[in-house]
Amino acid sequence: MEELKEFQNYTINFGPQHPAAHGVLRLLLELDGEVVERADPHIGLLHRGTEKLLEHKTYLQGLPYWDRLDYMSMMSQEHTWVLAVEKLLGVTAPPRAQYIRTIFAELTRILNHLLFVGAHGLDVGAMTMFIYCFREREAILDMYEAVCGARMHAAYFRPGGVAKDLPDGLEDKIRAFAEDFPAKIDEYETLLTNNRIWKQRLVDVGVVTAEQALDLGFVGPMLRGSGIAYDLRKAEPYDAYARVDFDIPVGKNGDSYDRYLVRVEEMRQSNRIILQCLEKMPKGEVKLQDFKISIPNRDDMYQGMESLIHHFKLVSEGFSVPPGEVYLATESPKGELGVYIVSQGGNKPYRAKIRAAGFNHLQALKTMLPGHMIADVTTMVGTIDIVFGEIDR
Amino acid sequence: MTKEKLDRLQMEVAARLPGAAISRLPDALVAGVSCDNLVQVMTRLRDDISLDFKILIDIAGVHYPGREAPFELVYQLLSVHKNHRIRVKLPVREDELVPSVAGVWSCADWYEREAYDMFGILFSNHPDLRRILNDYDFHGYPLRKDFPVVGRVELRYDSQRGMVVKHPVQLSRQNREPYRKSP
Repeated sequence: MEELKEFQNYTINFGPQHPAAHGVLRLLLELDGEVVERADPHIGLLHRGTEKLLEHKTYLQGLPYWDRLDYMSMMSQEHTWVLAVEKLLGVTAPPRAQYIRTIFAELTRILNHLLFVGAHGLDVGAMTMFIYCFREREAILDMYEAVCGARMHAAYFRPGGVAKDLPDGLEDKIRAFAEDFPAKIDEYETLLTNNRIWKQRLVDVGVVTAEQALDLGFVGPMLRGSGIAYDLRKAEPYDAYARVDFDIPVGKNGDSYDRYLVRVEEMRQSNRIILQCLEKMPKGEVKLQDFKISIPNRDDMYQGMESLIHHFKLVSEGFSVPPGEVYLATESPKGELGVYIVSQGGNKPYRAKIRAAGFNHLQALKTMLPGHMIADVTTMVGTIDIVFGEIDR
Repeated sequence: MTKEKLDRLQMEVAARLPGAAISRLPDALVAGVSCDNLVQVMTRLRDDISLDFKILIDIAGVHYPGREAPFELVYQLLSVHKNHRIRVKLPVREDELVPSVAGVWSCADWYEREAYDMFGILFSNHPDLRRILNDYDFHGYPLRKDFPVVGRVELRYDSQRGMVVKHPVQLSRQNREPYRKSP
């Protein structure tokens, strides 16, 4: 009779070029049969040295690098940078600019969560979701294009306001979208929320208790999915968030399904915020009228000498920032996106450390994955909603 | 955080952490620690019910060449229940071993790997100190101030040898920095 051989664990490489890896994740999995014994995520394949580059650019030149961090929620990233620079300068944007930024931050949240639901659905086998979600993403990307000319890398938020006012008719377009959107969310929910396959793949997969979530440094929807109602928009309101009314959804069981539900509800809340902002948005300036900080209007530049000089000085030398240090975080769609800026005066930061939400969420895979089946790996990678631009920086 | 809240937190921290040097910034509270009492202070900050810093938000390294302790590690802590924050600063000498706080918050693991990768700061008792963001065979510590922004080596595909080769960076045009001051 044939001798029984002992089966050894084996190691597989998931990625770096795997369609379900959401970018360039290299995940080393040690398997015992189909059960994951150990997971070791390797990151850095998209490392571009953003922090080093920021030290060598003026504050204004550094701004577009932020779009390229989490390239699925662009304006939310800019938001952190402009608020931090404004705090260092000790200025606040005019009210209209604050409302515009809030509207676009919330549109971006919808943009991001649509990608999450779509891509998560695709990973788990619901192909239709992806196509549905990209239909609405396209509408939001059109709004991006309308305000700044770029579909993705906007560079629209600026220290002291936004680059330009909304073009004519865009407010109506956003309102029409926001009025229509809840019905679209209902559509997604009929496809997924009570879908038996969806629930079989998500419920009780990747359970993270509240204590674990704190220890692992979770923020944003990941933390709220575990039942802790912490949202920076409420806890430390910035821009127009203190003036709008919205709810924070929280999960109960801390599994992948709860995190999905939290994000779907967040889309509805974002929609509420957008409608309220459109209602309350005043007329007026969209950037600081201090032209030592914000770039003068184009028309003035063609007519006035002084505006031309300001423009030249701002785009070549940039504005100077007093010495000091600041840590500022905003609630980006993926969680707390923070920046720690050390300024020693001058036109460039001495050090800018980016705190990306996905960094913690990805390292939690080490603790979340062991004990799960290999088929759950795609669910887990999907549920943490990672984008490598911000993790690798 | 509001001023009253910062005042209150400052009193709480001063009462519970006699060893730490507390200072105030306009919008934040900073506690200075040393390598000797780092883990003890951090554990206290996490476990004390009135401080309750259950989340480690970030560990940032900063390089100050010329100082006696040229590196500084800046820990950002957050309490979600009390909704307050504190910044903990640790000066680090060139060849000093920093005790790891991965035993206090498990998410410190990758932040410390990043500090090692970018600045060459070494940690003791760290579970797995490897490079994280840079390439496996990278040399040098890129966020130190003496590291050039364009890097030291560049990669090129050599079609004759049929492989990727490395050689020192050669720029056809100098890398330009934004003007520091007007001419």
